[in-house]
Amino acid sequence: MTARKDMLVIEPPKGWQPINFKELREYRDLFYYLVRRDVQVLYKQTVLGFAWAILRPFLSMILFTFVFGNVAQVSSDGVPYPVFSYVALVPWTYFSTALTTSSMSLVTNSNMLTKVYFPRLVFPLTPVLAKLVDFVIAFAFIPLLLLWFRIMPTRDVVFIPLLIIILMMTAAGAGMWLAALGIQYRDIKYATQFMTQLLMYAAPVVWSVTALTARLGETGRLIYGLYPLAGVIEGFRSALLGSVPMPWDLIAVGGASAFVLFVSGAFYFRRMEVAFADVA
Amino acid sequence: MTDIAIQVENLGKRYRIGVQEEKYDTLGAQMLAWLRSPITNYRRLRGLSAFSENGQAEDVIWALKDVSFTVKEGEALGVIGRNGAGKSTLLKVLSRITPPTTGRVLLSGRVASLLEVGTGFHPELTGRENIYLNGSILGMTKAEIDRKFDEIVAFSGVEKFIDTPVKRYSSGMRVRLAFSVAAHLEPEILLIDEVLAVGDAEFQRKCLGKMQDVAGAGRTVLFVSHNMPAVTRLCQRAILLEKGRLIMDGPSEEVVASYLADATRTGAARSWALDEAPGTDELRLTSVSLVNSQHRIVSVVSVEEELQLRIGYRVNTPGLTFRCAAKFYTQGVCAFATVEPTETTRDREGHYWSVVRIPAHLLSEGEYLVGVSIFSSKGRKIHYVLEDEVIVFQVTDPISGQSARGDYTEPFAGVMRPKLEWSMEHA
Repeated sequence: MTARKDMLVIEPPKGWQPINFKELREYRDLFYYLVRRDVQVLYKQTVLGFAWAILRPFLSMILFTFVFGNVAQVSSDGVPYPVFSYVALVPWTYFSTALTTSSMSLVTNSNMLTKVYFPRLVFPLTPVLAKLVDFVIAFAFIPLLLLWFRIMPTRDVVFIPLLIIILMMTAAGAGMWLAALGIQYRDIKYATQFMTQLLMYAAPVVWSVTALTARLGETGRLIYGLYPLAGVIEGFRSALLGSVPMPWDLIAVGGASAFVLFVSGAFYFRRMEVAFADVA
Repeated sequence: MTDIAIQVENLGKRYRIGVQEEKYDTLGAQMLAWLRSPITNYRRLRGLSAFSENGQAEDVIWALKDVSFTVKEGEALGVIGRNGAGKSTLLKVLSRITPPTTGRVLLSGRVASLLEVGTGFHPELTGRENIYLNGSILGMTKAEIDRKFDEIVAFSGVEKFIDTPVKRYSSGMRVRLAFSVAAHLEPEILLIDEVLAVGDAEFQRKCLGKMQDVAGAGRTVLFVSHNMPAVTRLCQRAILLEKGRLIMDGPSEEVVASYLADATRTGAARSWALDEAPGTDELRLTSVSLVNSQHRIVSVVSVEEELQLRIGYRVNTPGLTFRCAAKFYTQGVCAFATVEPTETTRDREGHYWSVVRIPAHLLSEGEYLVGVSIFSSKGRKIHYVLEDEVIVFQVTDPISGQSARGDYTEPFAGVMRPKLEWSMEHA
């Protein structure tokens, strides 16, 4: 056999597999076109198109302002409730849509899964990237809101990319776990729908961590920080609204747990992926 | 170049098939089963991917078992077999869609597999966007697609609609576009499954031609198909799978013939013992066979060959008057029927053969089924024998230039293919 040829050996799977970054790189064009597809078809045949990216968090903002800001009188650390909730809703909406789509990615693409080979990790990771487009559009609306409420963002905005990375790792990590489980156990679909609702109220979207710290103390705050969305959302508020100091403690703890979630998700996914085509 | 491109060693693939649901007689048992169902469901779903090592459970099947073969570089290998014989599983293992349970495969060269055309096509995207999407799914890079884009579009024949969403395409256009992308893959090893089963007949032929180019260009092809003429035309060699095992490996004509013989539990010849022969007490059909000019039974024949259909029968009652007839079916229709011109009286008891000569250049390419009947219609109408699908055979066209095709190699319609004389006049 000539040496210049690509040699490929197909053998029965053996346990845990590392992530094949070389292969993922070879398929970067596919990645690009799948992300592009997801973005392109998202608002096809809608009247408002990409305006929905702003409208969804915006409408939630109005609802939350009424229910939690006015009726329930939830504390918003001294900033107007609409902007307090919108700044949290932007990362939250990204997280929940990326997570839901990612966790269902194998089931919705099961046709592709059983017909063609490419690195399976492409499936759950595609929505994590594709939903960034919505995120950016919704994010671009924040300056207008700040202008309207005459709020000056702090210099900490430079840390927002870091927060976005933590957010993406969390969505991707949970997405890989749930996708790998969901292809075999379709219960995951229903569980995820319910869980994202629960996760929203668990995240400081409609309320502020300040109140929680007051009740649970510093240790309780750090344990809560294991939920990566806590540090991310509070970080957004701190950077854009200056209502609280940058919550580095939450970000550090949350970042670590996001990293663990991401790596474990990738390994679990790689371990299970050999069976995907058989159970799909 | 006699390098080995595909080497398959003792390949096995185990699947678990769903166990039949249990039935319960009483409401109580039903309720209990319902309460327990999460646990049983969990075991069942988990069982789809996990196998216990002890013994063989009843719901486990081996879709492939101890399959070994090699394919040389530049060779086209046909894979045939009944539904469920393991053809698709083999292709899925070679395509890395599903891992093998045992054994291993060595592939030397860039591999592309086509288990269907148009994988990942999105109806909302335009033809152009789908070419890029589908191309990248099949393993092409953007640069490659850029380079071949115009060729792909031209081959598909949908230039005018290239910026129209694919959902506005007719299904034929969609298939043509999808196939064009696939046809422009440039792998060293190409694995193809039944993709020809889609699209109109004309486009199928065009694809076949394109694939012949691929095979001719020194590329290794593994072709899984039910289309026997395509297999014999495209592949020099074929393997036959049955119940997950490789049972035959050889020149494609021989393997196809053997498969056809087995598939219909008959081939180009069939005979019956007297006690089970079809017919009545007066007359029994004993054998039907198709032979060539050397009187050899043949199940794969060339369009250029003259053939004889021999109908053998035993007359038990002397003085019976009747005639034999045969019907030739292909492409789902009766291509033609033929009868003995007169009803003849067989005066003596014993074996007879009625033979009909089928001239060369009459049948078209494809599979023919032959039905036989023996009857009398003058006076008393009696059907002594009426048997459908008695024998089956395959007609191929080597395209030597001597057939009705002449030097035309493209789509050729019709259930018969007479070689007719053409002339030209000038006004």
